[in-house]
Amino acid sequence: MHTFVDAIEFLFDNLGLIWDKTVEHLALSGAAVGVAMALAIPLGVWLGHLHRGSFIAINVSNVGRALPSLAVISIGLGLLGVGFLNVMVALVILAAPVMLTNAYVAVDQVDPDAVRAARGMGMRPLQTLVRVELPLALPLMFAGIRTAAVYVVATAPLAALAGGGGLGDIIVNQPTYGPAGVVAGSIAIAVLAFATEGVFALVQHLATPRGLRRRREEKLLEPRIDTAAA
Amino acid sequence: MSLIAQQPVIPEFQRGSECIRENRQFCLDWFLDNFDRVFAPRLVEHIELTAIAVGIGFAISFAAALVSFSRGWFETPFAIFAAFLYTIPSLAFFQLMVPITGLSMTSAEIALVSYTLLILFRNTLTGLREVPQDARVAARAMGLTQWQLLRRVELPLALPAIMAGIRIATVTTISLATVAAFIGVGGLGQPIFNAIQSGFKTEFVAAGLMAVLLALVADGLLVLVQRLLTPWARAQRA
Repeated sequence: MHTFVDAIEFLFDNLGLIWDKTVEHLALSGAAVGVAMALAIPLGVWLGHLHRGSFIAINVSNVGRALPSLAVISIGLGLLGVGFLNVMVALVILAAPVMLTNAYVAVDQVDPDAVRAARGMGMRPLQTLVRVELPLALPLMFAGIRTAAVYVVATAPLAALAGGGGLGDIIVNQPTYGPAGVVAGSIAIAVLAFATEGVFALVQHLATPRGLRRRREEKLLEPRIDTAAA
Repeated sequence: MSLIAQQPVIPEFQRGSECIRENRQFCLDWFLDNFDRVFAPRLVEHIELTAIAVGIGFAISFAAALVSFSRGWFETPFAIFAAFLYTIPSLAFFQLMVPITGLSMTSAEIALVSYTLLILFRNTLTGLREVPQDARVAARAMGLTQWQLLRRVELPLALPAIMAGIRIATVTTISLATVAAFIGVGGLGQPIFNAIQSGFKTEFVAAGLMAVLLALVADGLLVLVQRLLTPWARAQRA
C-alpha cells in the first residue's frame, strides 16, 4: 500500500518523464498497429471477398496468439539488431494475425442475400465490396483492430528490454526509479491500455452503420472470448 | 537506458568458429554443440514453470467457476479481481513479487498463475452456462441428482470451452514465462536475457525459436487432447 502511494507521488513528481515515455510508447504502438493494419486488413478483406483461403485466414490468428512476444522480439534482436525497427516488426507480427482473421471473417460472413441483392441491382464486384460488404463488415473488422491495438500497447513494455523505449523503460530500470517507478509505470501502461480500448470502442461504434448498431452491438461487446475458436 | 551491452561479448572468442567470431545471425554448429548445456535444461524449466502455473491456475479458476455457477453473486467480484491481475504488465508483476517472496520460483508462479485466472474462469463458466437447458431437464427427468447432473452432463458438455480456455492459458503462460527470467528463475527467457547482456545473436535466435516452437507444439498437442476428449464434437461438425 505504501508503494502504491509512493507510485502516485512518483507519477505527479515526474510528469515530464511519464509524458515523454508515453509519447514514445504511443509512437511505437501506433507505428506497429498502422503497419499491421496496412498489411493484414486488405489481405483479409480480399480473401473474405473471394471466400477463399479460410483455413489459413482463420488459423493464422491461432498461431499468432500462440507466439510468445518476448521470443519474437528476441528473434528480431538476433536478425535485425537493437532498436525501434526490430521491436516494431515484432509487434507487427503479433498484431497482424488477429486483424487478418477478423477482417476475413467480417467480410466472409456478410449476409449472402445482401451481396446477391447488390449483384441483382447491377453492381460490379468492386462496387459490391465497397458499398455493401465493407460497411457491413466494419464492426467486426474494428473489433479485431481493437483487440490487436490493446495487445500491442500492453506488450510494448517488453520493447524496453530491446532498446525500443516507451513506458517499459521506467519498469525495467528499478535501480534508477525504484519500486515506486515500477508501480507508476504499470499504472501508466494500464491506463493507456484502457484508453486505447475506449478510443477504439468509440471508433468502432462510429464506424458501425446506423442500421446495424442496435442489432449487433451486444454481440460485439465481447470479441475476446473465443470459446468457439477451437 | 537500454540494457544492451555496447560491445558484444562473444563466447569462446579465440577458439570459436568463424561464424561465432563474426557474431553472425545464427550459428547452427554452436547451437548443436551447446544444446545440452545451454538450452535443454532451460526448456525443461520452462515446461515446469508453465505446467505448475496452468495446473494451479486451473484448480483455482475451476473452483471459482463452480461456485459462481451455483451462487451467481460470486462471479462479479472474482471476475473483477482476475481482470485487475490481468492488467498488470508482466515485467512489473515479476519485480513487484520480489520484495515479498524473493527471487524465487514462488514469485514467478504467483504472477503466472494470476494471469491464467481470467481466461480459465471465464471459459469454464461460459461453458457451464451454455449447456442446453433441454439436456439439463432431460437429465433431471431421468432422476440424476444435482451432483450427477454436474458430473455426467454439464461438465462433459462444457469440456470444449474448458479445453479452449486451457489452450489459451497455456500458450499465454509459455509466453509470459519467458519474461519471468527477468527475475532469474530460469526457463527459455534466461538465454534471451543472457544474450541481451552479451549481444550474442545465435543465442537470441535459438532461444526465441525454441520458445516459439514450444508454444506451437503445446497448442497443437492440446488440440489433439481436446479432440480425443470430445469425440462427439467432431461427429457433430461432420
